[in-house]
Amino acid sequence: MTAILPVLITAFLASSVEAIEMVTIVVGVGATRGWRSTLLGAAVGFVVLAVVVAVFGLALSAIPIAPLRLVIGALLLVFGLQWLRKGVVRVAARGFAGMQVDANQETEMWTEKGVDWTAFVLSFKGVLLEGLEVAFIVVSVGATAGQLGPAVASGAAALLVVGAIGAVLSRFVARIPRSFLQLVVGLLLTTFGSFWATEGLGVSWPGGDVAILGLLALYLLTAVINIAVERRGPHRVRLTGNLSGVAR
Amino acid sequence: MMRVASWLVGFGRVWYRFIIGDDWTVAASVAFGLTLTALLNRGQFPAWVVIPLVVIVVLRASIQRSKRTKGHAGVKRAG
Repeated sequence: MTAILPVLITAFLASSVEAIEMVTIVVGVGATRGWRSTLLGAAVGFVVLAVVVAVFGLALSAIPIAPLRLVIGALLLVFGLQWLRKGVVRVAARGFAGMQVDANQETEMWTEKGVDWTAFVLSFKGVLLEGLEVAFIVVSVGATAGQLGPAVASGAAALLVVGAIGAVLSRFVARIPRSFLQLVVGLLLTTFGSFWATEGLGVSWPGGDVAILGLLALYLLTAVINIAVERRGPHRVRLTGNLSGVAR
Repeated sequence: MMRVASWLVGFGRVWYRFIIGDDWTVAASVAFGLTLTALLNRGQFPAWVVIPLVVIVVLRASIQRSKRTKGHAGVKRAG
């Protein structure tokens, strides 16, 4: 039996890393597409997660996470790349001045009555995959140390704390112009998608989870270069002229 | 019966928009990149470089492609 404090700290910090990834996706998608379907997807993700945890319990670590990472990562990567491209094109066309444009003129926001399945699926997958990873961490740290109760409490606390920070930050995120937000969310989805899909194939990233920051920096640089190229190129006028087509 | 059929069509449409979106080459390139990653990983090569390279190339190509399509009419919402 290991002392309780190291278990609490380890489970809290490791769970926080996964929770940050989860909350980043939910907040980004919610601010871009709308909150109703995003939160619905997150809620259903938590319900499925609770059922999986209840059914498997300590046998949770026996679930193969690699195929899940591959599928979810590949889907996020494909979708994130499409948003990233749109974000680059829109920001290139409008520049910083264009970011002041009324958000309603250029939105991916879901305005119809039914469920926005895109937001639902993105949010659901983010919560399910990251939630499972939190559960794995809690079970492995808790069971190894013989301190399952404290590990569970620590994992839950990490989710609550990071979730609360995300809820506060979402108010600020909502003020960011949609085209810029789409660029940022596209960057994040592409980054997480690249990381998870590659890990799901059994490939180790140099530096482990820190590679996420490296990927984010690389893709940010790529986006900035593409924006600069588009703004300087002969297509600028065409881009601006055809912006109404891009907006939807 | 009709309800089930329309639900299935709607379900398929959601996934089509999600995966294919307005540029099928993105999904195809990602599938190619992941296959190459798996193959390189088997041969003990540093396979993690593949997807970042694919992202850089595909982003540029997709932007060019979207400009070629008539007045960005194809650049509709991905989902």
